[in-house]
Amino acid sequence: MSSKTIAAGTARPAPASTGKNSPLATAFKKIKRHWQLYLIFLVPLAVVLIFSYGPMYGLQIAFKDFMASKGIVGSPWVGLKHFRSFITSYQFPRLLGNTLGISIYSLLAGFPIPVLLALMINECGNAKFKKSVQMVSYAPHFISTVIMVSILLMFLSPRSGFINNVVALFGGERIDFIAKPEYFKSLYVWSGIWQNMGYSSIIYIAALAGIDPALHEAAVVDGASKLRRIWHIDIPGILPTVIIMLILDCGKLMNVGYEKVLLMQNSLNMSSSDIISTFVYRMGLEQAQYSFSTAVGLFNSVINTVLLVAVNQVARKCSETSLF
Amino acid sequence: MAKPSKSHISLSRGDQIFTVVNYTVLGLLMLVVAYPLVFVLSASFSSANAVTSGRVWLLPVEPTLLGYQTVFKNPDIVRSFFNSIQVMVVGTFINVILTVMAAYPLARKDFYGRGFFTALLSFTMLFNGGLIPTFLLVRNLGLYNTYWAIILPGAVSVYNVVVARTYFQTNIPDELYEAADLDGCGDIGFIVRIVLPLSAPILAVLTMFYAVGHWNSYFSPMIYLTDKKLFTLQLVLRNILIANQTDSEMMKDVEAMARQEGLAELLKYALIVVASVPMLIIYPFIQKHFVKGVMIGALKG
Repeated sequence: MSSKTIAAGTARPAPASTGKNSPLATAFKKIKRHWQLYLIFLVPLAVVLIFSYGPMYGLQIAFKDFMASKGIVGSPWVGLKHFRSFITSYQFPRLLGNTLGISIYSLLAGFPIPVLLALMINECGNAKFKKSVQMVSYAPHFISTVIMVSILLMFLSPRSGFINNVVALFGGERIDFIAKPEYFKSLYVWSGIWQNMGYSSIIYIAALAGIDPALHEAAVVDGASKLRRIWHIDIPGILPTVIIMLILDCGKLMNVGYEKVLLMQNSLNMSSSDIISTFVYRMGLEQAQYSFSTAVGLFNSVINTVLLVAVNQVARKCSETSLF
Repeated sequence: MAKPSKSHISLSRGDQIFTVVNYTVLGLLMLVVAYPLVFVLSASFSSANAVTSGRVWLLPVEPTLLGYQTVFKNPDIVRSFFNSIQVMVVGTFINVILTVMAAYPLARKDFYGRGFFTALLSFTMLFNGGLIPTFLLVRNLGLYNTYWAIILPGAVSVYNVVVARTYFQTNIPDELYEAADLDGCGDIGFIVRIVLPLSAPILAVLTMFYAVGHWNSYFSPMIYLTDKKLFTLQLVLRNILIANQTDSEMMKDVEAMARQEGLAELLKYALIVVASVPMLIIYPFIQKHFVKGVMIGALKG
């Protein structure tokens, strides 16, 4: 990449040969030459600086006792008080356990399924059938979280829900699934798989399409069965993609989709559904404990970022495939 | 099904079994995914009695439009539907313009400081200020309880900037700019006259990504909007379907009426269909663009 940049620079002799040699002056010259690009770039840059870096400045209230009357800067520093009170609180083990429990469950169940689905779709010889499988399995991705959870709640409703109607049909006892903590994680994970497995498989299908068909032809001539070809050609072919996606998912371990959890949460399943991010929402926006909840959120995102960087490092060492 | 394979070696017994199993599993999977959607659609057209007594299995029972009449008689729902459309159109327009404005300069090799700016944007994907600082910032800027609070904080999605930048890098050759430059065309003129007309596919992808995001979002409206007149559809849906909130006077009336006639369940099914229809109608047309978008994004990772 950098060698190309140099090549492009030397191809245009005018700016290089004239003018002063100080780096500042050349930089200024380059900017001036494309001032219109900078003008354009300024607008989105301002949005990112204000709405992404602005909150990072606001993170300092995690180390302060924020009072709206004194503002962010004027509030007194309290050091790690809020972090300490979070980590020593009785809720901490439960919150951390639920957060990790849901995300690890999601990863273990939700990660292999799209890969398998892609391999199976790829083996479909019948183009029409293949198209309809893809069409149907992508569709739920476009349903909103609110609708997704509503459908789930209605299907599980003990009085008139579909699932309980089936249970009752076979003489079983009607169960209020959503009120039982022991079912919460499974409901969350499997409804997520139902909604996203098709869409997540797109990337692997694309990777499979990039595999050289000559490899398959040669293997067929050598008498390899379909399963053998999947094992020795398809899977090695998509492995780099799989690893990248795995890194991305591991980096999200502490980042459970709170929008959905928040909707599925109720006072009865709280012991299993309360996660760090819903706790931040409840403490911060419902009880207005701004400093404390900011500290909890910061704790969460620092772990998350460290995790992502670490997993990336490991992947780079082991397989030469990494994100950055 | 057992077509001769390309190399004219007929399928072995193992491969035949594999093929049959493969098709069967995929077929079952398709049923599992499609069934809940078909069920919701059928239930929304069935009579209230059939829905509550669990007599709907596949097709509508005692077909009626009562559920939909109840939905469209509710002014809160109708208003929120148009609010959502408004937010989606304005929001998506701003999103796409800002994304192109960020992505094109970053795609240019002669954009001095490109590495620095790319890192500056990418860092926000790795780490962010979090919910509460963002909320306080939006409130301090005076955006609370306006649509700007929903539109502006997410106006530039860095992921989409990366997707668009990759597209520009691979589809707009440098020679094109050099030629335009010789003819005295400035950067802005080049973007408007050359880049945008050549970028229809990526503009479609970005529009779809952002539009679906706006239509489906409930969290930002929930935390930033307090005025019921501004509520978006997803927020109203959440209040009716999940939180069972009936604080609005109109909502009370509808709920009371619904319960009277045993319509409560039916109303929910009809609401779900009304809210999903805009997405499911355009879905077949945008499907291939989404696939393309995911793939362009994957190139860069």
